[in-house]
Amino acid sequence: MDASLPAHMRPDRSFQGLLLALQRYWADYGCVILQPYDMEVGAGTFHPGTTLRALGPRPWNAAYVQPSRRPKDGRYGENPNRLQHYYQFQVILKPSPPNLQELYLKSLAAIGIDSALHDIRFVEDDWESPTLGAWGLGWECWCDGMEVSQFTYFQQVAGVECAPVAGELTYGLERLACYLQGVDRIMDLNFNGREGAEKVSYREVFFQAEQEYSRHNFEYADTTMLFEQFKMAEEACKKYLAAGWREADNQRRHLMALPAYDQCIKASHVFNLLDARGVISVTERQSYIFRVRELAKACGEAWVHTEAGGAA
Amino acid sequence: MPDLLLELFSEEIPARMQAKAADDLRRMVTDKLVAEGLVYDGAKAFATPRRLALTVHGIPVRQPDLKEERRGPRVGGPEPAIQGFLKATGLSSLSEAKIQNDKKGDFYIALIEKPGRAAIDVLAEILPVIIRTFPWPKSMRWGVRSAKPGSLNWVRPLHAITATFGLETEEPDIVNFSVDGIEAGNTTYGHRFLAPAAFKVRRFEDYEAKLLNAKVVLDAERRKDAILTDAKQLAFAQGFDLVEDQNLLDEVAGLVEWPVVLMGSFDQEFLATPAEVIRATIRNNQKCFVVSDPKSTEKTGKLANKFILVANIEATDGGKTIIGGNERVIRARLSDAKFFYETDLKTRLEDRLPKFERIVFHEKLGTQAERIKRIERLAAELAPTVGADVVKAKRAAHLAKADLLTEVVGEFPEVQGLMGKYYALAQGEDASVAAACEEHYKPQGPADRVPTDPVSVAVALADKLDTLAGFWAIDEKPTGSKDPYALRRAALGVIRLIAENALRLSLSNVAASALAGLSVKPADAQKIPSDLLAFFADRLKVQLREQGARHDLVDAVFALGGQDDLLMIVRRVEALGKFLDTDDGKNLLAGTKRASNILSIEERKDKRTFDGAPDAGLYSLPEEKALAKAIGEVKAEASAAVAKEDFAAAMSAMAKLRPPVDAFFDKVRVNDEDAKVRENRLKLLNEIRSATRAVADFSKIQD
Repeated sequence: MDASLPAHMRPDRSFQGLLLALQRYWADYGCVILQPYDMEVGAGTFHPGTTLRALGPRPWNAAYVQPSRRPKDGRYGENPNRLQHYYQFQVILKPSPPNLQELYLKSLAAIGIDSALHDIRFVEDDWESPTLGAWGLGWECWCDGMEVSQFTYFQQVAGVECAPVAGELTYGLERLACYLQGVDRIMDLNFNGREGAEKVSYREVFFQAEQEYSRHNFEYADTTMLFEQFKMAEEACKKYLAAGWREADNQRRHLMALPAYDQCIKASHVFNLLDARGVISVTERQSYIFRVRELAKACGEAWVHTEAGGAA
Repeated sequence: MPDLLLELFSEEIPARMQAKAADDLRRMVTDKLVAEGLVYDGAKAFATPRRLALTVHGIPVRQPDLKEERRGPRVGGPEPAIQGFLKATGLSSLSEAKIQNDKKGDFYIALIEKPGRAAIDVLAEILPVIIRTFPWPKSMRWGVRSAKPGSLNWVRPLHAITATFGLETEEPDIVNFSVDGIEAGNTTYGHRFLAPAAFKVRRFEDYEAKLLNAKVVLDAERRKDAILTDAKQLAFAQGFDLVEDQNLLDEVAGLVEWPVVLMGSFDQEFLATPAEVIRATIRNNQKCFVVSDPKSTEKTGKLANKFILVANIEATDGGKTIIGGNERVIRARLSDAKFFYETDLKTRLEDRLPKFERIVFHEKLGTQAERIKRIERLAAELAPTVGADVVKAKRAAHLAKADLLTEVVGEFPEVQGLMGKYYALAQGEDASVAAACEEHYKPQGPADRVPTDPVSVAVALADKLDTLAGFWAIDEKPTGSKDPYALRRAALGVIRLIAENALRLSLSNVAASALAGLSVKPADAQKIPSDLLAFFADRLKVQLREQGARHDLVDAVFALGGQDDLLMIVRRVEALGKFLDTDDGKNLLAGTKRASNILSIEERKDKRTFDGAPDAGLYSLPEEKALAKAIGEVKAEASAAVAKEDFAAAMSAMAKLRPPVDAFFDKVRVNDEDAKVRENRLKLLNEIRSATRAVADFSKIQD
């Protein structure tokens, strides 16, 4: 950890300090520091800066914070470690550098986790996202028995083989912060690192939101409308994909992969909401996941025919 | 003779794959060495989270020289054939070939001498192939090279290869090869945190010692021993006992290179949660051991409020931070578990059932709710047969699956059934009903306990029979190695439940009843019970084979037809097995087979069978008469014994057939010149066959 940091910026005292320390570390490494994707997503992986940029031959190093929504995990703010909205810090490095594990361990050191004092472990955890048509091998990273990050070598995303493979790191920020600050409830986190009257806690920022969204997600989300929205997003995605293809000089190009992808992500989130409302049966569930995956795959296919996707 | 040291140094290998990987490495390298004519003295392989290592000692320096004769074309054969022969054998002209004469003429023979290669060159050729084709259950690509097809696949990124070959007395050579840009060398690395520096190694002995200095225990068995010893000691020092767990031990030994065993605590209040839930929480999520308290009473559970963790480092603060961190995580996990358990207790099991109406058991077999209704009906139907109270059996079947919808089981599927028992007891259900919630899943495999409480037995049978009938009805039977619904296990469960509880029931009737309860109506419904029966017979054979008993006897009993009382089948097979172990049994079997063989030959010859009673007036020899008499007596005696289900007595009766059968074959010529006598004697032989059918079809017994 940077000893020159003022107290309110220290990752062990401030939630935003943690976030900024990680940004700083990865910026120093040379990552593009992106801002969050402006759509509702379940995890940082869904940001096009990861999903789409993981595809194609072009090198890509980026890091960003992604607010993530998992409607089903809401507990009205009452559960000490479960929230329907939380932050992930996401790093993607393509191609995966040979010293990715060392880079990751140094990032832990940068936020104050000393490997001479803490038991850091790489425990098998293969990652698969059926909705994204993606999988990779890697670990969950443990610090003293607590999972603090997910470490994945992407093998396939949106149904497309990764060539080269990208390495992905996902830090669960709230959990990490609880550990660093020594608190047992996420709501008790010091958000801004100040003390006394100046202190802002996580509770002050998010407790009301957790209550309102839990209520919405479990009780009031309008399912008729959501079913409709799912269909609309699905149709829009397909429409934009179909409209985006161009044939020129014997080459297929795609001109609207990103807008189409937005709609795929929209459908995915609407599905999560419907799932949280408990209105999707087990068999239907599979078919919805399949429909989102088909969209994701079609977007991946479109992306690799764009310039950033590496189309010559 | 020289030794090989091979190390493949990578990022963390999943614990569950390490042991097999070490074994595969040893097998692949040594197989290949032998195939190359390099017979070695010994080999041993090791695995840690970050390395696979192999030592093969006593490898010859060189392959033996090979001399090979290759036969070529005929002398004076066509020119292209001769040119081809010269090219293939490397001879410069025919003058270098020998000429050999055989029945077909003169042929060219090339003598090819292949000098043996240096073992180190052979290794340099085989090792990269083995690395490239290594059978990891899951492997991956990584880094810049993964942009191109054909890049190396390994379980996780491979960083370094050490490969040395040489004699103890000399500086060993590096085996020269590279895989995907990784050059084999003699440099490896120590513990990731405690001694990460690179160092050079010569051969296995100094390799293992240097690793130990660098805080890496190479041998998983040594790591396990150390963990177990330390864990037991830590527990013992505080007056507790370690709850041993071999699978967990195997796993944690695969997560550390330098095991450091530490003990932490959790709040006493969590002990109010069932011990199995605490253990599942601590074990599955945290990979820690639990500790039992010999002084504690049953009521608070036998666990102590301690856990044992295995760290991978010697921390500078003696492990205080690590223990503190683990305690925090375990506290959070146990609060969750306790919360789940207490939440579960607030809802009665039966109130959860309506949810099953929305949960599909199988697309073609309806919802879980429908399945539970079927099990209820079957359990009630079976109850009188197994000696269970009908009302209790029905109630147990009604509640047995309800715990699947509880929070605890949602979190820890392995405590399904057990939680049902806890919740049933908590809501005041009868003890047998509660027990059945747990035991109806049993037996889960050949080693699992078979329930004996009649209520459990009724529900366990109903559950399994419904599953079997259902999947048979929709034609989802196991094929080859595929048995996704564990139907073989279910059938074996039924067999064990019946046999070990000495239950009498007609499987065909029960199967038919289970079928009738299904909403699917398969076209071939009437065929299914007999199909299922054959499946049970198959399972019974497998089970007997695994127990080292004679499984062919099952066929001999089933061939009698109409056998669907499993207990009787098992008893008959047992009695038959014992009988066939005696001399009487063996000789009678031989005699019966001889009779059958003669009969089938003659039947084929005459294109007729020799059924029907022989004519006593045509007997001319005393041996004929004696045999006829014996058959009559034995038939009556054996049938009477079988009717009384006394199969041992039936076998003793059979034994009386042996002397007259032996004497008959000794003295009587079956194919007499007189056609009538011949026919009569064949009929008598047929009688032997039919007499033995009182106990089994002897023709189906293997010698």
